[in-house]
Amino acid sequence: MTPFVELDRVTMTYGGPDAGTPAVADASLTIGRGEFVAVVGPSGCGKSSLLKIVSGLMPTDSGTARVDGETVSGPLTMVGMAFQNATLLPWRTTLENVLLPLEVSRAHRRSFRRKRAEHEAAARSLLKTVGLDGYEDHAPHELSGGMQQRASLCRALIHSPDLLLLDEPFAALDAFTREELWGVLQDLWRERQFTVILVTHDLREAVYLADRVYVVSKRPGRIVYERPVPLPRPRTLESTFEQDFVDLVHRLRDHIGEVRAA
Amino acid sequence: MTTRLKLAPWIATIGLFVFWELVCRLFSIPEFVLPAPSQAMAALIEFWPAIWQNAFYTFWVTMVGFAMAVVFGLVLGLVTGASALVYSAIYPLLVGFNSIPKVAIVPVLVVWFGIGTIPAVLTAFTISFFPIVVNVATGLATLEPELRDVLRSLGARKVDILLKVGLPRSMPYFFASLKVAITLAFVGTVISETVAGNAGMGHLMLSASSSFRVPLVFAGLLVIAVMGVGMYAIFALAERRFVGWAFRGADAA
Repeated sequence: MTPFVELDRVTMTYGGPDAGTPAVADASLTIGRGEFVAVVGPSGCGKSSLLKIVSGLMPTDSGTARVDGETVSGPLTMVGMAFQNATLLPWRTTLENVLLPLEVSRAHRRSFRRKRAEHEAAARSLLKTVGLDGYEDHAPHELSGGMQQRASLCRALIHSPDLLLLDEPFAALDAFTREELWGVLQDLWRERQFTVILVTHDLREAVYLADRVYVVSKRPGRIVYERPVPLPRPRTLESTFEQDFVDLVHRLRDHIGEVRAA
Repeated sequence: MTTRLKLAPWIATIGLFVFWELVCRLFSIPEFVLPAPSQAMAALIEFWPAIWQNAFYTFWVTMVGFAMAVVFGLVLGLVTGASALVYSAIYPLLVGFNSIPKVAIVPVLVVWFGIGTIPAVLTAFTISFFPIVVNVATGLATLEPELRDVLRSLGARKVDILLKVGLPRSMPYFFASLKVAITLAFVGTVISETVAGNAGMGHLMLSASSSFRVPLVFAGLLVIAVMGVGMYAIFALAERRFVGWAFRGADAA
Protein backbone atom coordinates (compact mmCIF):
# COMPACT_ATOMS: atom_id res chain seq x y z
CA MET A 1 0.00 0.00 0.00
CA THR A 2 1.46 3.35 -0.98
CA PRO A 3 0.87 5.88 1.79
CA PHE A 4 -1.39 8.80 0.84
CA VAL A 5 -1.06 10.72 4.09
CA GLU A 6 2.10 10.36 6.12
CA LEU A 7 3.09 12.07 9.34
CA ASP A 8 6.70 11.42 10.29
CA ARG A 9 7.58 12.27 13.90
CA VAL A 10 5.63 15.51 13.78
CA THR A 11 5.69 17.99 16.66
CA MET A 12 3.59 21.15 16.58
CA THR A 13 3.08 23.99 19.04
CA TYR A 14 0.54 26.76 18.53
CA GLY A 15 2.47 29.99 18.21
CA GLY A 16 5.75 28.32 17.30
CA PRO A 17 8.26 25.93 18.95
CA ASP A 18 8.99 28.18 21.93
CA ALA A 19 5.41 28.89 22.87
CA GLY A 20 4.91 26.22 25.54
CA THR A 21 3.45 22.71 25.58
CA PRO A 22 3.18 21.25 22.10
CA ALA A 23 -0.30 20.33 20.91
CA VAL A 24 1.10 17.35 19.04
CA ALA A 25 4.33 15.57 19.98
CA ASP A 26 6.32 13.13 17.91
CA ALA A 27 3.28 11.81 16.07
CA SER A 28 3.67 9.39 13.21
CA LEU A 29 0.92 7.82 11.17
CA THR A 30 0.37 6.44 7.72
CA ILE A 31 -2.88 6.39 5.82
CA GLY A 32 -3.44 4.64 2.52
CA ARG A 33 -5.32 6.12 -0.41
CA GLY A 34 -9.05 5.61 0.02
CA GLU A 35 -8.66 4.52 3.62
CA PHE A 36 -11.02 5.66 6.38
CA VAL A 37 -9.11 6.45 9.55
CA ALA A 38 -10.48 7.63 12.87
CA VAL A 39 -8.47 9.47 15.51
CA VAL A 40 -9.85 9.23 19.05
CA GLY A 41 -8.65 10.64 22.35
CA PRO A 42 -9.62 12.68 25.36
CA SER A 43 -10.80 16.23 24.69
CA GLY A 44 -8.08 18.83 24.27
CA CYS A 45 -5.53 16.19 23.26
CA GLY A 46 -4.55 17.73 19.95
CA LYS A 47 -6.68 15.57 17.69
CA SER A 48 -7.89 18.61 15.77
CA SER A 49 -4.31 19.87 15.51
CA LEU A 50 -3.44 16.73 13.55
CA LEU A 51 -6.01 17.78 10.96
CA LYS A 52 -4.56 21.29 10.81
CA ILE A 53 -1.12 19.83 10.19
CA VAL A 54 -2.32 17.48 7.48
CA SER A 55 -4.30 20.24 5.74
CA GLY A 56 -1.28 22.56 5.85
CA LEU A 57 -3.11 25.21 7.88
CA MET A 58 -0.56 24.89 10.70
CA PRO A 59 3.18 24.51 10.18
CA THR A 60 5.02 21.84 12.14
CA ASP A 61 7.90 22.56 14.54
CA SER A 62 9.72 19.42 13.46
CA GLY A 63 9.03 16.30 11.48
CA THR A 64 7.31 16.22 8.11
CA ALA A 65 3.80 15.82 6.86
CA ARG A 66 3.42 14.37 3.37
CA VAL A 67 0.24 14.11 1.38
CA ASP A 68 0.18 12.31 -1.96
CA GLY A 69 3.97 12.12 -1.93
CA GLU A 70 4.51 15.86 -1.49
CA THR A 71 5.71 17.54 1.68
CA VAL A 72 2.99 19.80 3.08
CA SER A 73 4.20 23.41 3.22
CA GLY A 74 1.00 25.45 2.90
CA PRO A 75 -2.79 25.00 2.77
CA LEU A 76 -3.69 22.04 0.58
CA THR A 77 -6.41 22.57 -1.97
CA MET A 78 -7.30 18.90 -2.37
CA VAL A 79 -8.98 18.66 1.01
CA GLY A 80 -12.59 19.03 2.08
CA MET A 81 -13.38 19.91 5.67
CA ALA A 82 -16.37 19.70 7.98
CA PHE A 83 -16.66 20.57 11.65
CA GLN A 84 -18.91 20.15 14.66
CA ASN A 85 -20.46 23.49 13.73
CA ALA A 86 -21.93 23.36 10.23
CA THR A 87 -20.81 26.99 9.53
CA LEU A 88 -23.28 27.42 6.69
CA LEU A 89 -23.70 31.01 5.53
CA PRO A 90 -27.16 32.08 6.73
CA TRP A 91 -27.87 34.38 3.78
CA ARG A 92 -27.32 31.68 1.20
CA THR A 93 -29.68 28.85 0.35
CA THR A 94 -28.56 25.28 0.95
CA LEU A 95 -27.63 24.91 -2.72
CA GLU A 96 -25.65 28.17 -2.76
CA ASN A 97 -23.82 27.09 0.39
CA VAL A 98 -22.78 23.84 -1.23
CA LEU A 99 -21.56 25.75 -4.30
CA LEU A 100 -19.38 28.15 -2.27
CA PRO A 101 -16.13 26.15 -2.57
CA LEU A 102 -16.44 26.14 -6.36
CA GLU A 103 -16.95 29.91 -6.39
CA VAL A 104 -13.82 30.69 -4.40
CA SER A 105 -11.41 27.80 -4.95
CA ARG A 106 -8.35 28.43 -7.04
CA ALA A 107 -9.16 25.57 -9.37
CA HIS A 108 -12.75 26.51 -10.17
CA ARG A 109 -13.40 30.22 -9.62
CA ARG A 110 -12.45 31.30 -13.14
CA SER A 111 -14.79 28.89 -14.85
CA PHE A 112 -17.55 29.02 -12.21
CA ARG A 113 -19.99 31.24 -14.10
CA ARG A 114 -19.52 29.39 -17.35
CA LYS A 115 -20.04 26.00 -15.76
CA ARG A 116 -22.69 27.08 -13.27
CA ALA A 117 -25.41 24.78 -14.66
CA GLU A 118 -23.06 21.81 -14.53
CA HIS A 119 -21.97 22.63 -10.96
CA GLU A 120 -25.55 23.11 -9.85
CA ALA A 121 -26.51 19.72 -11.22
CA ALA A 122 -23.59 18.17 -9.33
CA ALA A 123 -24.59 19.94 -6.12
CA ARG A 124 -28.21 18.86 -6.48
CA SER A 125 -27.27 15.25 -7.02
CA LEU A 126 -24.91 15.38 -4.03
CA LEU A 127 -27.67 16.86 -1.87
CA LYS A 128 -29.95 14.09 -3.09
CA THR A 129 -27.43 11.43 -2.01
CA VAL A 130 -27.54 12.74 1.55
CA GLY A 131 -31.34 12.98 1.50
CA LEU A 132 -31.64 16.74 1.16
CA ASP A 133 -33.53 16.78 -2.14
CA GLY A 134 -36.35 19.29 -1.84
CA TYR A 135 -34.33 21.49 0.51
CA GLU A 136 -31.98 23.04 -2.07
CA ASP A 137 -33.64 26.44 -1.89
CA HIS A 138 -34.21 26.50 1.85
CA ALA A 139 -32.21 28.77 4.12
CA PRO A 140 -29.92 27.02 6.62
CA HIS A 141 -32.00 28.11 9.60
CA GLU A 142 -34.94 26.22 8.11
CA LEU A 143 -32.94 22.99 8.34
CA SER A 144 -32.55 20.84 11.45
CA GLY A 145 -29.08 20.36 12.96
CA GLY A 146 -28.70 17.00 11.24
CA MET A 147 -29.74 18.44 7.88
CA GLN A 148 -27.29 21.33 8.27
CA GLN A 149 -24.54 18.82 8.93
CA ARG A 150 -25.53 16.90 5.80
CA ALA A 151 -25.30 20.12 3.81
CA SER A 152 -21.93 20.84 5.41
CA LEU A 153 -20.70 17.41 4.24
CA CYS A 154 -21.89 18.23 0.74
CA ARG A 155 -20.01 21.52 0.85
CA ALA A 156 -16.90 19.64 1.91
CA LEU A 157 -17.24 17.22 -1.00
CA ILE A 158 -18.53 19.36 -3.88
CA HIS A 159 -15.08 19.97 -5.33
CA SER A 160 -14.34 16.23 -5.24
CA PRO A 161 -11.46 16.44 -2.77
CA ASP A 162 -9.13 13.46 -2.46
CA LEU A 163 -8.96 13.90 1.29
CA LEU A 164 -11.85 14.59 3.65
CA LEU A 165 -10.99 15.95 7.11
CA LEU A 166 -13.77 15.69 9.67
CA ASP A 167 -13.47 17.32 13.08
CA GLU A 168 -16.17 15.84 15.32
CA PRO A 169 -18.79 16.53 12.66
CA PHE A 170 -21.61 14.75 14.49
CA ALA A 171 -20.77 15.72 18.07
CA ALA A 172 -23.53 18.31 18.40
CA LEU A 173 -26.30 16.04 17.12
CA ASP A 174 -28.71 13.83 19.04
CA ALA A 175 -27.86 10.13 19.16
CA PHE A 176 -30.41 9.01 16.56
CA THR A 177 -29.46 11.65 14.01
CA ARG A 178 -25.80 10.92 14.61
CA GLU A 179 -26.19 7.21 13.91
CA GLU A 180 -28.22 8.01 10.80
CA LEU A 181 -25.41 10.23 9.51
CA TRP A 182 -22.83 7.48 10.08
CA GLY A 183 -24.72 5.58 7.42
CA VAL A 184 -24.86 8.61 5.13
CA LEU A 185 -21.12 9.20 5.46
CA GLN A 186 -20.31 5.53 4.92
CA ASP A 187 -22.38 5.51 1.73
CA LEU A 188 -20.70 8.66 0.41
CA TRP A 189 -17.29 7.24 1.14
CA ARG A 190 -18.01 3.86 -0.47
CA GLU A 191 -19.37 5.58 -3.55
CA ARG A 192 -16.69 8.24 -3.99
CA GLN A 193 -13.60 6.51 -2.56
CA PHE A 194 -11.89 9.52 -1.00
CA THR A 195 -9.53 9.24 1.96
CA VAL A 196 -10.98 10.25 5.33
CA ILE A 197 -9.48 11.31 8.64
CA LEU A 198 -12.23 11.52 11.22
CA VAL A 199 -11.51 13.09 14.58
CA THR A 200 -14.02 12.05 17.22
CA HIS A 201 -14.41 11.17 20.86
CA ASP A 202 -17.25 8.77 20.14
CA LEU A 203 -15.69 5.28 20.10
CA ARG A 204 -18.74 3.62 18.55
CA GLU A 205 -18.61 6.18 15.78
CA ALA A 206 -14.92 5.44 15.21
CA VAL A 207 -15.46 1.67 15.04
CA TYR A 208 -18.58 1.96 12.87
CA LEU A 209 -16.89 4.12 10.26
CA ALA A 210 -13.16 3.50 10.25
CA ASP A 211 -10.82 0.94 8.73
CA ARG A 212 -8.30 1.82 11.39
CA VAL A 213 -8.43 3.74 14.68
CA TYR A 214 -5.62 5.72 16.25
CA VAL A 215 -5.71 6.61 19.94
CA VAL A 216 -4.08 9.89 20.95
CA SER A 217 -2.81 10.63 24.47
CA LYS A 218 -3.52 13.64 26.62
CA ARG A 219 -1.77 16.86 25.62
CA PRO A 220 0.89 16.90 24.25
CA GLY A 221 -0.87 14.55 21.84
CA ARG A 222 1.08 11.38 21.04
CA ILE A 223 -0.23 8.46 19.11
CA VAL A 224 -0.25 5.67 21.68
CA TYR A 225 -2.23 2.91 20.02
CA GLU A 226 -3.36 1.80 16.62
CA ARG A 227 -6.08 -0.72 15.93
CA PRO A 228 -7.46 -2.03 12.63
CA VAL A 229 -11.21 -2.57 12.40
CA PRO A 230 -11.63 -5.75 10.36
CA LEU A 231 -15.45 -5.72 10.44
CA PRO A 232 -17.19 -6.31 7.09
CA ARG A 233 -18.80 -3.47 5.14
CA PRO A 234 -21.28 -2.00 4.76
CA ARG A 235 -21.76 -1.74 8.47
CA THR A 236 -25.23 -1.12 9.81
CA LEU A 237 -26.71 -0.18 13.14
CA GLU A 238 -27.23 -3.91 13.64
CA SER A 239 -23.45 -4.38 13.44
CA THR A 240 -23.00 -2.12 16.44
CA PHE A 241 -24.71 -4.72 18.65
CA GLU A 242 -22.59 -7.66 17.44
CA GLN A 243 -19.98 -9.11 19.73
CA ASP A 244 -16.94 -8.21 17.56
CA PHE A 245 -18.04 -4.59 17.43
CA VAL A 246 -18.72 -4.36 21.13
CA ASP A 247 -15.37 -6.01 21.95
CA LEU A 248 -13.50 -3.52 19.78
CA VAL A 249 -15.21 -0.59 21.42
CA HIS A 250 -14.32 -2.05 24.82
CA ARG A 251 -10.67 -2.44 23.88
CA LEU A 252 -10.52 1.16 22.73
CA ARG A 253 -12.34 2.30 25.83
CA ASP A 254 -9.69 0.63 27.99
CA HIS A 255 -6.94 2.42 26.09
CA ILE A 256 -8.65 5.76 26.46
CA GLY A 257 -9.01 5.05 30.16
CA GLU A 258 -5.27 4.42 30.47
CA VAL A 259 -4.47 7.52 28.48
CA ARG A 260 -6.69 9.67 30.65
CA ALA A 261 -5.26 8.25 33.86
CA ALA A 262 -1.63 8.60 32.70
CA MET B 1 -50.70 39.59 20.07
CA THR B 2 -49.46 41.17 16.85
CA THR B 3 -52.22 43.79 16.88
CA ARG B 4 -51.31 44.66 20.45
CA LEU B 5 -47.68 45.02 19.41
CA LYS B 6 -48.66 47.27 16.53
CA LEU B 7 -50.93 49.42 18.67
CA ALA B 8 -48.49 49.74 21.57
CA PRO B 9 -46.30 52.56 20.13
CA TRP B 10 -49.34 54.62 19.15
CA ILE B 11 -50.93 54.22 22.56
CA ALA B 12 -47.67 55.10 24.33
CA THR B 13 -47.16 58.20 22.17
CA ILE B 14 -50.71 59.45 22.48
CA GLY B 15 -50.61 58.67 26.20
CA LEU B 16 -47.49 60.79 26.63
CA PHE B 17 -49.08 63.75 24.85
CA VAL B 18 -52.31 63.44 26.83
CA PHE B 19 -50.30 63.34 30.07
CA TRP B 20 -48.28 66.37 29.00
CA GLU B 21 -51.43 68.29 28.06
CA LEU B 22 -53.09 67.42 31.38
CA VAL B 23 -50.06 68.46 33.44
CA CYS B 24 -49.84 71.81 31.65
CA ARG B 25 -53.56 72.51 32.17
CA LEU B 26 -53.78 71.14 35.71
CA PHE B 27 -50.87 73.22 36.99
CA SER B 28 -51.56 76.16 34.65
CA ILE B 29 -47.99 76.14 33.40
CA PRO B 30 -47.31 79.32 31.39
CA GLU B 31 -46.72 78.64 27.71
CA PHE B 32 -43.30 80.38 27.72
CA VAL B 33 -42.13 77.77 30.25
CA LEU B 34 -43.72 74.61 28.88
CA PRO B 35 -46.36 74.92 26.20
CA ALA B 36 -49.01 72.20 26.06
CA PRO B 37 -49.05 69.97 22.96
CA SER B 38 -52.20 71.76 21.80
CA GLN B 39 -50.34 75.09 21.91
CA ALA B 40 -47.40 73.59 20.03
CA MET B 41 -49.81 72.23 17.42
CA ALA B 42 -51.45 75.65 17.10
CA ALA B 43 -48.00 77.19 16.52
CA LEU B 44 -47.24 74.45 14.00
CA ILE B 45 -50.35 75.35 12.01
CA GLU B 46 -49.85 79.08 12.35
CA PHE B 47 -46.23 79.04 11.20
CA TRP B 48 -46.57 76.09 8.82
CA PRO B 49 -45.08 77.80 5.72
CA ALA B 50 -41.92 78.80 7.62
CA ILE B 51 -41.67 75.46 9.38
CA TRP B 52 -42.17 73.49 6.19
CA GLN B 53 -39.49 75.47 4.36
CA ASN B 54 -36.94 75.12 7.16
CA ALA B 55 -37.79 71.48 7.82
CA PHE B 56 -37.26 70.67 4.16
CA TYR B 57 -33.89 72.43 4.27
CA THR B 58 -32.84 70.58 7.42
CA PHE B 59 -34.01 67.33 5.90
CA TRP B 60 -31.93 67.49 2.74
CA VAL B 61 -28.86 68.87 4.55
CA THR B 62 -29.14 65.88 6.88
CA MET B 63 -29.53 63.48 3.97
CA VAL B 64 -26.42 64.79 2.23
CA GLY B 65 -24.34 64.52 5.40
CA PHE B 66 -25.79 61.10 6.13
CA ALA B 67 -25.09 59.84 2.61
CA MET B 68 -21.46 60.93 2.98
CA ALA B 69 -21.32 59.15 6.32
CA VAL B 70 -22.68 55.94 4.79
CA VAL B 71 -20.14 55.87 1.97
CA PHE B 72 -17.22 56.90 4.15
CA GLY B 73 -18.30 54.68 7.06
CA LEU B 74 -18.73 51.63 4.86
CA VAL B 75 -15.35 52.04 3.18
CA LEU B 76 -13.48 52.79 6.39
CA GLY B 77 -15.32 49.98 8.19
CA LEU B 78 -14.34 47.50 5.48
CA VAL B 79 -10.72 48.59 5.56
CA THR B 80 -10.44 48.51 9.36
CA GLY B 81 -12.38 45.24 9.62
CA ALA B 82 -10.30 43.52 6.94
CA SER B 83 -6.89 44.53 8.23
CA ALA B 84 -5.81 44.09 11.83
CA LEU B 85 -2.99 46.56 11.20
CA VAL B 86 -5.25 49.36 10.02
CA TYR B 87 -7.67 48.53 12.82
CA SER B 88 -5.11 48.93 15.59
CA ALA B 89 -3.60 51.97 13.89
CA ILE B 90 -6.70 54.11 13.51
CA TYR B 91 -9.08 52.86 16.18
CA PRO B 92 -7.75 55.19 18.92
CA LEU B 93 -7.97 58.09 16.47
CA LEU B 94 -11.57 57.26 15.67
CA VAL B 95 -12.56 56.94 19.32
CA GLY B 96 -10.79 60.19 20.14
CA PHE B 97 -12.49 62.00 17.31
CA ASN B 98 -15.87 60.62 18.27
CA SER B 99 -15.40 61.85 21.84
CA ILE B 100 -15.13 65.45 20.69
CA PRO B 101 -18.46 67.27 21.11
CA LYS B 102 -19.44 68.18 17.58
CA VAL B 103 -20.84 71.50 18.75
CA ALA B 104 -17.19 72.49 19.37
CA ILE B 105 -16.28 71.81 15.75
CA VAL B 106 -18.96 73.98 14.22
CA PRO B 107 -17.13 77.29 14.81
CA VAL B 108 -14.03 75.84 13.14
CA LEU B 109 -16.11 74.70 10.18
CA VAL B 110 -17.58 78.19 9.97
CA VAL B 111 -14.10 79.70 9.85
CA TRP B 112 -13.25 77.33 7.01
CA PHE B 113 -16.45 77.33 4.99
CA GLY B 114 -18.51 80.30 6.21
CA ILE B 115 -21.96 80.26 7.75
CA GLY B 116 -24.56 78.12 6.00
CA THR B 117 -25.06 74.74 4.43
CA ILE B 118 -21.56 73.26 4.31
CA PRO B 119 -20.88 73.33 8.08
CA ALA B 120 -24.30 71.75 8.66
CA VAL B 121 -23.65 68.96 6.16
CA LEU B 122 -20.22 68.32 7.65
CA THR B 123 -21.52 68.28 11.22
CA ALA B 124 -24.20 65.74 10.26
CA PHE B 125 -21.49 63.72 8.57
CA THR B 126 -18.94 63.81 11.40
CA ILE B 127 -21.48 62.89 14.03
CA SER B 128 -22.99 59.94 12.18
CA PHE B 129 -20.13 58.06 10.49
CA PHE B 130 -18.61 56.58 13.64
CA PRO B 131 -21.31 53.99 14.45
CA ILE B 132 -21.25 52.84 10.83
CA VAL B 133 -17.47 52.31 10.86
CA VAL B 134 -17.54 50.43 14.16
CA ASN B 135 -20.42 48.18 13.18
CA VAL B 136 -19.11 47.25 9.75
CA ALA B 137 -15.66 46.53 11.19
CA THR B 138 -17.19 44.36 13.92
CA GLY B 139 -19.28 42.46 11.40
CA LEU B 140 -16.21 41.68 9.31
CA ALA B 141 -14.26 40.50 12.33
CA THR B 142 -16.83 37.84 13.26
CA LEU B 143 -15.78 35.26 10.65
CA GLU B 144 -15.80 31.81 12.28
CA PRO B 145 -12.31 30.27 12.48
CA GLU B 146 -13.58 26.99 11.00
CA LEU B 147 -14.99 28.78 8.00
CA ARG B 148 -11.75 30.69 7.57
CA ASP B 149 -9.92 27.34 7.53
CA VAL B 150 -12.30 26.00 4.89
CA LEU B 151 -11.78 29.08 2.72
CA ARG B 152 -8.01 29.12 3.17
CA SER B 153 -7.69 25.49 2.23
CA LEU B 154 -9.66 26.20 -0.94
CA GLY B 155 -7.07 28.80 -1.85
CA ALA B 156 -9.70 31.57 -1.70
CA ARG B 157 -8.41 35.09 -2.34
CA LYS B 158 -8.78 37.70 0.35
CA VAL B 159 -11.04 39.74 -1.89
CA ASP B 160 -13.32 36.74 -2.43
CA ILE B 161 -13.52 36.08 1.30
CA LEU B 162 -14.31 39.75 1.85
CA LEU B 163 -17.00 39.97 -0.82
CA LYS B 164 -18.67 36.59 -0.40
CA VAL B 165 -18.43 36.11 3.35
CA GLY B 166 -17.24 39.21 5.21
CA LEU B 167 -19.40 41.82 3.54
CA PRO B 168 -22.70 39.89 3.69
CA ARG B 169 -21.96 38.95 7.29
CA SER B 170 -21.43 42.58 8.25
CA MET B 171 -24.66 43.77 6.58
CA PRO B 172 -26.91 43.23 9.63
CA TYR B 173 -24.47 45.32 11.67
CA PHE B 174 -24.42 47.91 8.90
CA PHE B 175 -28.19 48.26 8.80
CA ALA B 176 -28.40 48.39 12.58
CA SER B 177 -25.87 51.25 12.53
CA LEU B 178 -27.84 53.14 9.87
CA LYS B 179 -30.78 53.42 12.25
CA VAL B 180 -28.54 54.97 14.88
CA ALA B 181 -26.64 57.12 12.39
CA ILE B 182 -29.69 58.69 10.76
CA THR B 183 -31.00 60.01 14.07
CA LEU B 184 -27.54 61.30 14.96
CA ALA B 185 -27.32 63.03 11.59
CA PHE B 186 -30.41 65.09 12.43
CA VAL B 187 -28.79 66.04 15.73
CA GLY B 188 -25.66 67.18 13.88
CA THR B 189 -27.54 69.31 11.38
CA VAL B 190 -29.65 71.03 14.00
CA ILE B 191 -26.61 71.72 16.21
CA SER B 192 -24.85 73.41 13.34
CA GLU B 193 -27.93 75.39 12.32
CA THR B 194 -28.39 76.53 15.90
CA VAL B 195 -24.80 77.60 16.44
CA ALA B 196 -24.13 79.07 13.03
CA GLY B 197 -26.95 78.93 10.55
CA ASN B 198 -29.18 81.20 8.59
CA ALA B 199 -31.77 78.57 7.72
CA GLY B 200 -33.15 75.25 8.93
CA MET B 201 -34.95 74.04 12.02
CA GLY B 202 -32.09 74.93 14.36
CA HIS B 203 -32.06 78.49 13.12
CA LEU B 204 -35.85 78.72 13.27
CA MET B 205 -35.99 77.47 16.85
CA LEU B 206 -33.20 79.79 17.95
CA SER B 207 -35.01 82.80 16.53
CA ALA B 208 -38.29 81.61 18.05
CA SER B 209 -36.86 81.20 21.52
CA SER B 210 -35.11 84.56 21.42
CA SER B 211 -38.51 86.16 20.86
CA PHE B 212 -40.14 83.95 23.53
CA ARG B 213 -42.24 82.04 21.03
CA VAL B 214 -41.75 78.84 23.02
CA PRO B 215 -44.73 77.00 21.42
CA LEU B 216 -43.00 77.46 18.06
CA VAL B 217 -39.77 76.01 19.51
CA PHE B 218 -41.70 72.94 20.62
CA ALA B 219 -43.43 72.70 17.26
CA GLY B 220 -39.91 72.63 15.73
CA LEU B 221 -38.76 69.94 18.13
CA LEU B 222 -41.78 67.81 17.24
CA VAL B 223 -41.13 68.19 13.53
CA ILE B 224 -37.49 67.08 13.96
CA ALA B 225 -38.60 64.12 16.05
CA VAL B 226 -41.14 63.10 13.40
CA MET B 227 -38.51 63.30 10.66
CA GLY B 228 -36.15 61.17 12.76
CA VAL B 229 -38.80 58.55 13.47
CA GLY B 230 -39.80 58.49 9.80
CA MET B 231 -36.26 57.90 8.57
CA TYR B 232 -35.65 55.33 11.28
CA ALA B 233 -38.74 53.45 10.15
CA ILE B 234 -37.56 53.51 6.53
CA PHE B 235 -34.19 52.02 7.48
CA ALA B 236 -35.83 49.47 9.74
CA LEU B 237 -37.90 48.35 6.74
CA ALA B 238 -34.82 48.25 4.51
CA GLU B 239 -33.08 46.15 7.16
CA ARG B 240 -35.91 43.59 7.16
CA ARG B 241 -35.93 43.59 3.39
CA PHE B 242 -32.19 43.14 2.82
CA VAL B 243 -30.93 41.21 5.83
CA GLY B 244 -34.07 39.35 6.84
CA TRP B 245 -31.92 36.22 7.26
CA ALA B 246 -30.42 37.77 10.38
CA PHE B 247 -33.84 37.87 12.05
CA ARG B 248 -34.57 34.15 11.89
CA GLY B 249 -36.79 33.06 14.70
CA ALA B 250 -37.81 36.61 15.56
CA ASP B 251 -40.91 36.29 13.40
CA ALA B 252 -41.68 32.77 14.50
CA ALA B 253 -41.49 33.59 18.20
